[in-house]
Amino acid sequence: MRNKAAVHYHVMLIPAIVILAVFSIYPMFGALIAFEDFKPGKGIWHSPFVGWDNFRYMFSLPDIKQIFYNTVSIAVLKIVFTQIFAIVFALLLNEVRNLFFKKTVQTIVYLPHFISWVLLGGIMINLLSLDGIVNEALKTLGIPPIFFLGSNRWFPGVLVGTHVWQEFGFSAIVYLAALTGINPSLYEAAAIDGAGRLQRLLYVSLPGIASTIILLLTLDLQNVLNAGFEQILNLYNPMVYESGDIIDTYVYRAGLREFQYELGTAVGLLKSAVSFMMIAVSYFLASRFANYRIF
Amino acid sequence: MVRSFRSADRIYDTLIAVVLILLSLSTLLPLLHILAVSFSDKASVAGGMVTFYPIHFTLAAYRAVVSDHAFFRAFGISVERVLLGGGLQFALTILTAYALSRPKSEFRSRNVYMWVLVFTMIFSGGLIPFYLTIRDLHMLDTMAALVLPTAVPVFNVIVLMNFFKSLPKELDEAALMDGAGPWYRMIALYVPLSLPSIATVTLFSVVGHWNAFFDGMLLMNSPDKYPLQTYLNQIIVQASLPQSHLTPDQIEQMAKLSDRTVNSAKILVGLVPILVIYPFLQRYFVTGITLGSIKE
Repeated sequence: MRNKAAVHYHVMLIPAIVILAVFSIYPMFGALIAFEDFKPGKGIWHSPFVGWDNFRYMFSLPDIKQIFYNTVSIAVLKIVFTQIFAIVFALLLNEVRNLFFKKTVQTIVYLPHFISWVLLGGIMINLLSLDGIVNEALKTLGIPPIFFLGSNRWFPGVLVGTHVWQEFGFSAIVYLAALTGINPSLYEAAAIDGAGRLQRLLYVSLPGIASTIILLLTLDLQNVLNAGFEQILNLYNPMVYESGDIIDTYVYRAGLREFQYELGTAVGLLKSAVSFMMIAVSYFLASRFANYRIF
Repeated sequence: MVRSFRSADRIYDTLIAVVLILLSLSTLLPLLHILAVSFSDKASVAGGMVTFYPIHFTLAAYRAVVSDHAFFRAFGISVERVLLGGGLQFALTILTAYALSRPKSEFRSRNVYMWVLVFTMIFSGGLIPFYLTIRDLHMLDTMAALVLPTAVPVFNVIVLMNFFKSLPKELDEAALMDGAGPWYRMIALYVPLSLPSIATVTLFSVVGHWNAFFDGMLLMNSPDKYPLQTYLNQIIVQASLPQSHLTPDQIEQMAKLSDRTVNSAKILVGLVPILVIYPFLQRYFVTGITLGSIKE
């Protein structure tokens, strides 16, 4: 009886396994290109094997250090600032007692999370270009125009700022859920001891979500190499390659556009391998110390 | 004493409200500006006069969008990929999640499948091997290239699987007593009981397909096959970003000539489907997120 049902479960999984085998697992073997002198005519399986040559070549490139640096620094800044804004926002919103106001604010600040970076990119270019509204505002303040999207000094800040703008509200959802879980008697006890509302926020609410903060930062370890491919692809240009080029954009541009398949695959494989380790570490820590499980 | 507490409270509440209003405005104003630009005349936009309301109100930009065949072709392709891709993800998410939600005692190989799925979620062969796979399958320039590779959204599968697992076992046993087979139990028992969760993951599928632009850019060679987001990326982003061979003065000239009003109108039309489903999304996504992530 039981085994008969199992046959049906195998059948149910056939479509998913076929899709994953073709589009996820087979390309993993394609990563062999990173160790080959890839000849399109011979394909993945018959191109000559060159060992670590492509990786040696990669590390000999003058730009590569800058690209790794850009990737990690942009990603880490995004994580830190998004979390700070999300935490502050959640703590403030938790103080609001007017439900209509609360819902309205939430509705507004969650929205950008669902807008694609193509549209957000179009909006940001509109706002931040030399004749955009931000520079018009600066002009009236007597500040000379700033070339936000064409200057290496400003570009990383624009990436981090627009990312925080898009995500802080949505990232606060988990904190808001954690705040509702705090035992109300803690607030009452603090109030009886004479704690004002700001003190209750700082000494009850904030410690109450401390474990959630640590958990989310641990899970964010998975993203230290994800600096925002789609965002950067929609905002960058040759003038800011120096400060805005990250691993993903480099793989696309140098690897695919300029047909350096081996180099692109090697850089991509390095990223996949490091990300894989980061995910393993973060998941291990999260499950060990916060009892976090995805399934 | 009591009175001073109250007034301190009021200041505190007001300060918080002000900060929250400022944060909300920071989200709204950029969108309002685009809206205002799209309804203003070109000269006012080029003169930097438009802020958050239209100057010299006109529908010219929207008329230009309506008569733009390339825009509507791309829009149609996006609708097609949302329907096909969303439908595929819907069916495969339910099927896969249901099979994987069965306990190990009933389905011994469950964990093997589970690990395969999770492995594909956390490790990837990279962009170039993926591109070569699609090319070797002769799928470049086809709708299949946009909908098949993402047909199994593993994260959504896990969210739904967790929900299926949380349903009471007694229901399942009762159905089993009545002689219901696995397919019947899935369709007549599990799916109807999980509609909110299914709605959540389906809405996320729809948003994902509507917003995807990079696969169109990577896998479609001919621009007449571009989905809307890829098309918008080409005409708005690529065309208006500063180019390195130009001097800042020339760039300023270029920017003045570029059609900001029409581009803004196109951005907003591209945003409409998201705005339409946003209220539904909002109703469901909190459940979806808390289901998938934190389980303490």
